[in-house]
Amino acid sequence: MPYNPALVAPMRQEMTSMGARELTTATDVDTALADQRGTMLVFVNSVCGCAAGNARPALRLALQHGVKPGEVVTVFAGQDLDATSRARQYFAEYQPSSPSMALLKDGEVVHFLHRHQIEGRSPQAIAADLTAAFDRHFAATV
Amino acid sequence: MTVVLETHGSRTYVGRFDSQDERGVHLHDVGVHDAGAADGSKEEFLRRCDKFGIRAEHRDLVVPSGEVARIQRLIDRVR
Repeated sequence: MPYNPALVAPMRQEMTSMGARELTTATDVDTALADQRGTMLVFVNSVCGCAAGNARPALRLALQHGVKPGEVVTVFAGQDLDATSRARQYFAEYQPSSPSMALLKDGEVVHFLHRHQIEGRSPQAIAADLTAAFDRHFAATV
Repeated sequence: MTVVLETHGSRTYVGRFDSQDERGVHLHDVGVHDAGAADGSKEEFLRRCDKFGIRAEHRDLVVPSGEVARIQRLIDRVR
């Protein structure tokens, strides 16, 4: 059962304030991902304090890097159920976890950061992984 | 916290650590590698878990303490 919307509003706002576009319906997801071109990061948000509480600040840090995705979109696991389920169909090779992040380039997942690679780590350490992935996959295209 | 639990036997478990009590170690969303039955090696299994995530075979699992040889974070185990 989804949490009270008022409780998760700050977690949504934390994402949109760093420029992420919320995808709240399956149609939103299809519109963003079905014919995705260029570079994109899909952030699967979560209420989990121990992991998402570090993942969001990590992404904010990483987006200060010179090389970064052309667009950041986000779905909220446990909240926007249809949107999250549809988004996961676009990276079905990867087991679902939240929070998690998928880096896409021209519709292909080029890097995936799972929950287990986030939990228990500092935002700085997670951001370092992200920026390394940005450099590796996005440097020539942004 | 997602951990690798290696047993004294052929089985290795990957899942989220919950707690440990007199029954053993409690894990959630657990993937299993059995060296006696699996196609690939344990190291390949762990690398796949790291890259593609954990294909959970058990929602909840208790591993008796006597079977536990070692517990490490997955991220530490594979890097």
